Amino acid sequence: MTITAPELEKTIYTRPESLTSVQTHYCPGCTHGVAHRLVAEVLDEMGLREKTVGVASVGCSVFAYNYFEVDFVQAPHGRAPAMATGVKRVLPDRTVFTYQGDGDMASIGMGEIVAAAARGENITVIFINNANYGMTGGQMAPTTLPGQKTTSSPNGRDVETQGYPVRAAELLATLEGTSYSVRRSLHDPKSIRNAKRAIRTAFEVQQRGLGFSMVELLSICPTNWGMSAINAMHWIEEKMIPFYPLGDYKVHPMLAEVKI
Amino acid sequence: MAKELLKGNVAIAEAAIRAGLQAYFGYPITPQTELLEWMSARMPELGRAFVQAESELGAINMVYGAACTGARVMTSSSSPGISLMMEGISYIAGTELPAVIVDVMRGGPGLGNIAPAQADYNQIVHGGGHGDYNLLVLAPSSVQEAVDLTVLAFDLAEKYRTIVVVLLDGSLGQMMEPAELPPMKPLKTAYPEWAARGEPGDSRRVLSSIYLDPPAEEVANVRILNRWKEVEANEVRYKEYMLEDAKIAVVGFGTSGRVALSAARAARAEGIPVGLLRPVTLNPFPNKQIEQLAETVDSILVVEMNAGQMLEDVLRDVKGRVPVEFFARVGGIVPLPDEILNEIRRMASQPLSTTGHPRDRWLKRMPQIMA
Repeated sequence: MTITAPELEKTIYTRPESLTSVQTHYCPGCTHGVAHRLVAEVLDEMGLREKTVGVASVGCSVFAYNYFEVDFVQAPHGRAPAMATGVKRVLPDRTVFTYQGDGDMASIGMGEIVAAAARGENITVIFINNANYGMTGGQMAPTTLPGQKTTSSPNGRDVETQGYPVRAAELLATLEGTSYSVRRSLHDPKSIRNAKRAIRTAFEVQQRGLGFSMVELLSICPTNWGMSAINAMHWIEEKMIPFYPLGDYKVHPMLAEVKI
Repeated sequence: MAKELLKGNVAIAEAAIRAGLQAYFGYPITPQTELLEWMSARMPELGRAFVQAESELGAINMVYGAACTGARVMTSSSSPGISLMMEGISYIAGTELPAVIVDVMRGGPGLGNIAPAQADYNQIVHGGGHGDYNLLVLAPSSVQEAVDLTVLAFDLAEKYRTIVVVLLDGSLGQMMEPAELPPMKPLKTAYPEWAARGEPGDSRRVLSSIYLDPPAEEVANVRILNRWKEVEANEVRYKEYMLEDAKIAVVGFGTSGRVALSAARAARAEGIPVGLLRPVTLNPFPNKQIEQLAETVDSILVVEMNAGQMLEDVLRDVKGRVPVEFFARVGGIVPLPDEILNEIRRMASQPLSTTGHPRDRWLKRMPQIMA
């Protein structure tokens, strides 16, 4: 006898409920989509979708509110941690997260992120580090590597005149109010699985009321880096990770009992 | 409730709390700081949200976030701090959210000083942030009026989904006067349909000031403007004093209006028929009332603690029908009743020039005034 198709079908991979069913505006190959999916999977798994308010930032992820199936508000450039503070202080039992790029968080919003972390604000920050300003067409960011060419460092970032990149995960880890500050990468499947575990841990920190949590994700920008997606993945491994080592820079002792 | 001797800044803070304030975010700046200090003790005591922000940028964006939840929220600052908040003010206006801002003005521009001034009129009444929006602006002239207008501010903010600014100068923030506080209102428990609260079972709420598609932004701009037209139609507030038979009308708001009232009473005692119009809402401005004044009086004196920012609005309404004179002390100086009385006497006794601009004539007199 023949076996009919339905009996063979078993759905093992679907769109997370926390993602809307729309096409994103992100460039082909961009890892914003991977990062969105990881956050959405974590919100699904923790049953937080209906109790979450996201805070979008300014940059490529400005339209994040279109892609997450949760309540969302949209912050001015760099101010997402302050806006998230306002939401969280009024609604302390809701999950509040920001999703920010490197220009947004580590340049124009450096004041707001450091202050929110220092206060131990009980919010989660997803920080995308792709070493340039993506939305405006690939200018030098606070995370641009020494010598890296961008449209506003056409001869390569000269640290003598343009200064040094900011290592956000290490910087925020120095603050007492930070309970979780780690760096992960999205350049290969193993790294992506590690990134998801970190995102899950960050939201667990918030659920337990332990304070500020931040996950920095090394991300590719094939369009502005002028590379294929696969070469961009290699560039993360070869150029970014040596400067931005992956690792846990601050982990609250109480997280030892959290098994993920 | 009985009258108590209250400092302006403290009275405003307590009035806001009793009006059902749920969250306050602020940054210390003189001459407003007592307001923040009062909140820092009272709000936690009542189990409500208080954060001393890292900056005025932080404070206004915390207000922005909290306003998205539909809660009653407020910040306060003084002129340079308000300048820093302009980004967030534009965003909150663009997202059509209710919020209350108290601006206790000081001398400027720049760091200026910490003395009383009214030079934020333009940045508050005529914008300051980018884009087309209006702020509803309430200008008290006494501690009691500051209390009453603070309570009103929250109701108007929610009714019209707008920012309401309580605009006063440093002297009103610092002075103590007898005033009666309102009874404590219970906190709101019902929230508007648009509020983003992560409420299980509710459909998804997105609050943003982005309309990337210009026709959609145009629709939003027109909607905001139409709502403002309702404010203009319903919320103009002003006080008239001795205007029934007046031949000279003084126009002044807040503290300069209050000092002008003393001067007008002294002039009345000398037999000069003078009255006062004191705008209470600076936006919407009492345009019709000024236009009507221009029909009934022989001349108008505008008194301010800035270099003639409201003067331009009065001139627009008067349309050259009667001579307008201007008197001001600037840079943090409060005019004396006698100085304004002298202007009234001068206007009553001399033929008035209608050539040139009232500000230019005042500027020519300034060396004697400052001497």
